[in-house]
Amino acid sequence: MDLTAPFYQFGALGPGSGLVVAVLIGAAFGFFLERGGLGNGRKLASQFYLNDLTVFKVMFTAILTALLGLFWLGQVGVLDTSLILLSPTYLVPQIVGGLLFGAGFVIGGYCPGTSCIAVASGKLDALAVFGGMMAGILVYGEVYPSIRPFAESTSMGRISLPELLSVRPGVMVAAVTMLALGGFVLADRIEKRRGNRLVQPE
Amino acid sequence: MTTAAITEVNRPTVKTVVRQRRTAAPYMNPYLAGVGVGLVLLTAFVTMGHGVGASGAVVSIVGAGVQAVAPAHAAGSEFFQPYLGATPVRTLDTWLVLELAGIFLGGFASAWLAGRVKPGITGRRIGASPRLLNAVAGGTIMGFATRLARGCTSGQGLTGGALLNVGSWAFMLALFAGAYLVAHLVRRQWT
Repeated sequence: MDLTAPFYQFGALGPGSGLVVAVLIGAAFGFFLERGGLGNGRKLASQFYLNDLTVFKVMFTAILTALLGLFWLGQVGVLDTSLILLSPTYLVPQIVGGLLFGAGFVIGGYCPGTSCIAVASGKLDALAVFGGMMAGILVYGEVYPSIRPFAESTSMGRISLPELLSVRPGVMVAAVTMLALGGFVLADRIEKRRGNRLVQPE
Repeated sequence: MTTAAITEVNRPTVKTVVRQRRTAAPYMNPYLAGVGVGLVLLTAFVTMGHGVGASGAVVSIVGAGVQAVAPAHAAGSEFFQPYLGATPVRTLDTWLVLELAGIFLGGFASAWLAGRVKPGITGRRIGASPRLLNAVAGGTIMGFATRLARGCTSGQGLTGGALLNVGSWAFMLALFAGAYLVAHLVRRQWT
C-alpha cells in the first residue's frame, strides 16, 4: 500500500485544519479519561495505595492500543512511522523529573491533564493543583539558567527502546504486549484481594 | 424499567439537554476507556504525526502571562522566550494549547452527561484548607517536574510510552516509584 500518513506531513491536512483536529482530539481524549474515572482525584490517588488500579489499566491499555496500531499501520505500509515526532531523551533529568512528578501527583491528587477534567467537573482542589502547576513552571523558568546544565545532561538524542536494546521493533512490541497483559491479570488480582475497594463516582 | 428512567424518557428533550442527570452514573470499564484513549492517541499520530500532551500547553499559558505582566523580563528569559512572540498557527505549541482546551471541554461533556459535575473539594477529609494547601504544593512540585522531564503523563507517559521512547519509559517507572515512596505521607487525605 502507498504511504499516506501522517496526513499532516503528507500535506493532506493544512495548518488550519490541524488546529480543528487539536480541539477534536483533545475533546475525545478528555472524554474517555473522564469516562474511565480519571477526573476523580480519589480514584487517581488510590492507584498508589493499591486499592483501585484504574490509572494503570487505562494508561497501559491506551499505550498498548496505540502501540499495536502504530506497529501494524507501519507494517501494512500506510503509515510512515519514521515521520512521527519522538522527543529526545535526557535520561537522568527525566528520572529525577519522574520521581518528583510522582510525589507531586500523589500529594496533589491529579496530573496536568486530569486536573483540567476535574476543574471542568467543579473540583476546587483540582484548580489549586492547576494553579500550583503554573507556579512550578514559573519557578522552573526563573531558575532555568542555573539548572540548565543538569537539565541537559545525559542527552541520548531521539532514541527508542528497540534501538537502545538493538532488537527488532516487532520483538519489543511483543514483549511490551506480554508485559501489559501480565500486568492486567496482576492488577485485577490485587484489586480483588483488597476486597474491590474501587472508587465510585460521588 | 425504573420510575426514574421513565420520567427521564418523558421529560421534554430541551430540559434533558440542559439539566444534568440527577444521580452520578458509574464509570466505564477501565479497559474500554483505555482502548478509547489509545484510539484517540493513534488518531493523533496518524493525522498530525505527533501524540497528545497537557503540561506543554501550560508552559505557553504561563509564558504568555509573564509576557503580559513583565514584557521585558519575558523577552530576556532563556526559558520562556522560545514560547513567545508571533507563533505561526502550525506550531506544536499552539496545537497543544487548543488540545488542552479540548480536554477541558471533552472532560466536561463526559462528566455532565454522566451527572458527575459536582462542585466540591476531593480529599477534604483532612480539612478543606490542609487539602487545598497540599493541592497547591503537589501541583507546584509536579509543574516543576514536568519541565525536567519534558512532559507529563500525557506527553511522556502515553505518547512516549506508545512510541517506546527510552526517556518516556524511564520517566514513567520513576513516576510510579516516586508516588509509591511518598504515598504514606498523605495517606490520611486519600484512604
